[in-house]
Amino acid sequence: MLIKPDVSTRRSFLKQSLSLGGALVALGPHEKGVALPAADSGRSRVVIAHDAKVRTASASLDSSEITKLLDRAMQACFNVDSPLAAWKRVVRPDEVVGLKVNCLGGRGNATHPELVEAITERLRQVGITEIVVWDRQNLDLERAHYKIVERGSGLRCFGNDALGFEDELTTFGQAGSRITRTLTQVCDAVINLPVLKDHGIAGVTLALKSMFGAVHNPNKYHGNAGDPYVADVFALPPIRKKVRLHICDALNAQYEGGPSFMPQWMWPYNGLLVARDPVALDYVGWKIIEKKRAEMGVKSLAELHREPHYILTAADAQHRLGTADPARIERMEV
Amino acid sequence: MESESEVRSPRSEVESSCDAVEIREGAARRSPVQRRGLEGERCLSPDRLKGRDHARSALDRRAFLKAASLPCLAVCGGGLMGSAFAGPLMAAPAAESDSQYVREAKFYEKLPYKKIRCKLCPRECVIDDQERGFCGVRENRGGTYYTLVHSRVVTAHVDPIEKKPFFHFMPGATAFSLATAGCNVNCKMCQNWEISQVRPEQVRSTYVPPDRLTGFAQQNHCPVIAFTYSEPVVFMEYVLDSAEAARAEGIRSVVVSGGFIQTDPLKKLAARVDAIKIDLKAYSEKFYKEVVNGELKPVLQALVTLRKTGVWNEVVYLVVPTLNDSDAEFQGLARWIKAELGPDVPLHFSRFHPEYLLKNLPPTPLETLERAKAIADAEGLHYVYIGNVPGHPAESTYCPHCHQKVVERAGYTIVATHLHHGKCQFCKTPIPGVWT
Repeated sequence: MLIKPDVSTRRSFLKQSLSLGGALVALGPHEKGVALPAADSGRSRVVIAHDAKVRTASASLDSSEITKLLDRAMQACFNVDSPLAAWKRVVRPDEVVGLKVNCLGGRGNATHPELVEAITERLRQVGITEIVVWDRQNLDLERAHYKIVERGSGLRCFGNDALGFEDELTTFGQAGSRITRTLTQVCDAVINLPVLKDHGIAGVTLALKSMFGAVHNPNKYHGNAGDPYVADVFALPPIRKKVRLHICDALNAQYEGGPSFMPQWMWPYNGLLVARDPVALDYVGWKIIEKKRAEMGVKSLAELHREPHYILTAADAQHRLGTADPARIERMEV
Repeated sequence: MESESEVRSPRSEVESSCDAVEIREGAARRSPVQRRGLEGERCLSPDRLKGRDHARSALDRRAFLKAASLPCLAVCGGGLMGSAFAGPLMAAPAAESDSQYVREAKFYEKLPYKKIRCKLCPRECVIDDQERGFCGVRENRGGTYYTLVHSRVVTAHVDPIEKKPFFHFMPGATAFSLATAGCNVNCKMCQNWEISQVRPEQVRSTYVPPDRLTGFAQQNHCPVIAFTYSEPVVFMEYVLDSAEAARAEGIRSVVVSGGFIQTDPLKKLAARVDAIKIDLKAYSEKFYKEVVNGELKPVLQALVTLRKTGVWNEVVYLVVPTLNDSDAEFQGLARWIKAELGPDVPLHFSRFHPEYLLKNLPPTPLETLERAKAIADAEGLHYVYIGNVPGHPAESTYCPHCHQKVVERAGYTIVATHLHHGKCQFCKTPIPGVWT
């Protein structure tokens, strides 16, 4: 059992475990032409899927509604008629898929296990048999109610401390880092699952910055509000090459006091942000947080000298990680 | 962050340990020059080095713990652990609990919402709960700040004091030299990045509390303990406790640092140790910003503070081709030292070797080092040395009055000393330093 079950998710988890057997039997032919994450010509689509129904009357999360929300977002992102058709654009059945969660904030503002379960279920349905849920450290994962499973096949979950980092440095711009072996040696593809939240140094921490969890020395990269380091780290070739999709967990969001969990500054956004372009997603997420700050009478990130300029840097000619030009971002609410 | 000669030492230890036993045995029968040659020799490819060291680390770890009964390990130049240079950032097998390395940090203030502000170095990191500072070895846990590296030694060697380099501090003494992981800057030319630029859990370490450290120094006949290789500022609590324990046993302590430290902790450090060598990376803010990821001004302030405390101090300047090697910079540096610290502070111009993120540059040409020395000499500094160039005349000490050689060195070896009670034997001019 990967995720520590809450009462509400126990049944779905058991069902999911059973479905793994079915998925193993039902392996389909390999899909070709997997979509790449790079910004292509035209506009970058960022889907914002909202639904208050993800929350039950008692304010806990409803797993089945989260799956529906995810399906809607994926279909919109890839402009297809079924969720599985969307997932087939992301991964091939023979691939080991990493789900990079963000658990630094603990249970309060980490990537929700319920969302990870929904994604896992869909991945299995398109023939993925090896899935690795990972983040910086086992301890971070445990704090966010994930159960560590380092060995075996199927669904595993562990931090970078399980396999360590590559010996050699990888460099880009100002970044020189060793990259987690989970990404370089285990995963064929990575789906990035950041959280929509404020960051006390870098302004916001969304899709781009979440990859600080893939390198050995993130503490070296917070100067100058993370600019250009966040962009440089994401541009490290192994990261850039393997991260294919970004699903930002905005079921809860935090507009101030991040990255630590500060319940007084959280609000139930009840949504997901999905994009192939991490820069566009970050730009949209940044504006959502700024809007909420303004609503709540909190100073803007610019006024606090922590505007996330690294998002703009990530879009520049040196990085080309996506677009931060609002005219080239297609913001689609579903 | 280390000057070149110091920085190269641990790598040299590992490299020369391609047959560690042979070198330990051979060190006694080889001439100093032969030993020096070995230390500079790269006899293993990086992969083989890692593999060998990896295999070696388990043995050395055990050997280190048993060092009390194995004084033969104290052979000069024999690496005791070398584990840090195995390099791989693997999931360090936690043979011992991490909790033994964790102590509440000194030098910080608590802020609202479980944040803290570190007051150890000028960076003053404001750190959220569960996060670490720039150094990577100090962590906020629920609003209390902890060092994660107290007694957490990642490498230890017995070195000549000249290797630090200290040229006016107990010449010929051996220093039990050690480091933990971590650093509060990120120099692109760092020679020890495999321990300085990592988190403590990413390298193998051994628990060496202060009393055991003192014991190792005694058993290895080292009158000095040197906190060096990475950046002792970030393991300040361990340095302070160890230096106190060592002093009680008559062992002196020296620190090799980048000097990026606030005044209050620096004063406390200076009161506890016997000498501090500062690596002044450059004499320009631009270099500090672009290459060091730090600031020059606080380092200069630290040097002035040190001078006032009276603790023995030497300065090293690693000369990096094209980046900090202009005449104007050498001249500005020399003038500043003379005006603010006085002409008697030893200044070492050290040769750079390409490493880490500056592999694209060549080693410093000898002519550049000699030009730097000539400029500093002309500005009136009395003790200007050239480092990492074994056999160069400028690695010896000359009396500024009669110009006779008062300490003759060949590499790290003292060939002859012509001092009597700290004075030139020829003209009786006092030569500043700690000579006995």
